[in-house]
Amino acid sequence: MAVAARPRKSARRQKLEAAIMYPLDWLEERSGLVGGIRYFLFRKVPGDTNWLHTLGSATLTAFLVQLVTGVILAMYYKPEPKTAYASIQHITNDVTLGWLVRGMHKWGASVFIILMFFHMARVFLFGAYKYPRELNWIVGVMLLAIGMLEGFTGYLLPWDQTSYWATVVGINLNGTAPILGPFLAQFLRGGAEIGPDTLARFYSMHMLLIPGAIIGLIGLHLYLVVRLGVSSPPWSREAAGSEWVEEQVTTNGRSGLTRPVARNSWRRNGGDTA
Amino acid sequence: MEPEHGQRPHTPGPTLYPIGFAAGIACVLVGLIVSPTVIAPIGGAIAVVFAFLWARDATAEYRGVPEPVEPERREAPAAATAPAVPAREGETAVPEPAPGERFPRSKFLEGATLGLGGVIGGVVTVPVLGMALGPAFGKQDKRYHHVDLGPLDNFPEGEWRLATFFLDPNQGEVTRRTAYIRNNGALDGEPSLTIISNRCAHLGCPVQPNGPVFDASTKNVNTGGGEQIKLIKMLPAGGFGCPCHGGQYDPEGNRTAGPPVRSLDRYEYSIVNGHLILGKTYSVAHVDGTGKDAVIHKYRLAGPGQHIDGWEQIFYPLQPPH
Repeated sequence: MAVAARPRKSARRQKLEAAIMYPLDWLEERSGLVGGIRYFLFRKVPGDTNWLHTLGSATLTAFLVQLVTGVILAMYYKPEPKTAYASIQHITNDVTLGWLVRGMHKWGASVFIILMFFHMARVFLFGAYKYPRELNWIVGVMLLAIGMLEGFTGYLLPWDQTSYWATVVGINLNGTAPILGPFLAQFLRGGAEIGPDTLARFYSMHMLLIPGAIIGLIGLHLYLVVRLGVSSPPWSREAAGSEWVEEQVTTNGRSGLTRPVARNSWRRNGGDTA
Repeated sequence: MEPEHGQRPHTPGPTLYPIGFAAGIACVLVGLIVSPTVIAPIGGAIAVVFAFLWARDATAEYRGVPEPVEPERREAPAAATAPAVPAREGETAVPEPAPGERFPRSKFLEGATLGLGGVIGGVVTVPVLGMALGPAFGKQDKRYHHVDLGPLDNFPEGEWRLATFFLDPNQGEVTRRTAYIRNNGALDGEPSLTIISNRCAHLGCPVQPNGPVFDASTKNVNTGGGEQIKLIKMLPAGGFGCPCHGGQYDPEGNRTAGPPVRSLDRYEYSIVNGHLILGKTYSVAHVDGTGKDAVIHKYRLAGPGQHIDGWEQIFYPLQPPH
């Protein structure tokens, strides 16, 4: 867009642009992906959003870091009682940059949880959980719960004294839940005693089951964010009915990604001048 | 155009049952090669079910009275020279269904898709859930319950020994357990021992003796099973304490302070050829008296933190197999 505003374009520049746009146009014509991503990234938000509104994206980034570092760690980790601790030592001491990637994963886990709480506090204090966003609050609570479960299952994997006994305590804590508690504990242990099966199933849950669920719920979370729009802060004059209220109606809480009509009207209103 | 059909309505419509039948037959053929006992019967069942459905569908016309349908009539074009109507103009060949109106075939296809999807989902889910839950809730390994701790002579009367051992030598260190053992002397001519599990009755951390542990006295015992048994003299003068959350117990395992909900678990035992054999663990509500005169209020093994007596026991009516 900034390019389009220039008075003259050199022939070389035009060629360059065409070279860049050609594959993008090819993709857009066949998939609509370019427009979709543009719609997702460049959607309108209220004018008085502030830095606190970035906490959700920060949490997402923290999760993506966990995802990437976790995948690499899984290439070197060996989930067996006799090898788990040794493989962690190997990752930390021998593997190239293993200390760094493991450190990112370990500390990033705490960052992820902490950011989730900050994000939740922002949503709560801004009243952004209210109509029509209640469902997204519920999805967020689920993400918090299984995010903690992800931390719990990951804590066992170094298989040192701290992680072993913390897991013993954690499993027995689940075991004290009324009626079904003993069965929940038995399921987590994979039997009556903590052993190789416990480590293997915690590993499986930690790297497959729970991340899959988190990815799915994040998708739903983001879909609702895009569909419902970002809420204004509680002190917002626009949202309270100043002269911008008309604009608010069309940009905030408008309909969603899946409706081309809304997308077109958004384009017409200057959402996409390219 | 189907002029020979005359006014007969076009039933039955195309059906998916032959495809299901064919899939079942294919399944039988594949099953005969890979797994005659499992896959082939499943394929046979699929084929039989679809054959039945197919036959029922094909004979529907003869069994029931089909609804008479007025034949569709159209006016012939007014003149042969009239220009062809562009495809996008004029009336559509197939009229749009009124809101709510649906064709039997689309209903059938929808149902078949959902039904088939449900069946596939169920067929996949059952074994997956079985594998996830079966080992945890099936019969547990009873090898754990027969650890030979060696000759009874290693446990002098009136003294405490800290015993550590592997429940399962094949799995090694992860199955190491600790018991606190005191020989109480003879009771009615039989040896009497107090064998306390070190699993805290709060959340399962290892309780420690509140008194000296004489590491220099460590005695390795080899009973041939590879259990790596160690016996260490100790004196739990102040009972036992848990490092995690501060639970305290007296030497009989009764809770004296802190968060535990009951006494320490104990091991059953037997004496075979003068050797002390550990049995199952069981839970203890509390113990009256001490030593060989103790009255142990014994319950079946429950997890740490779970009440076994008092009104709170209603929260834990069932226990998975231990």
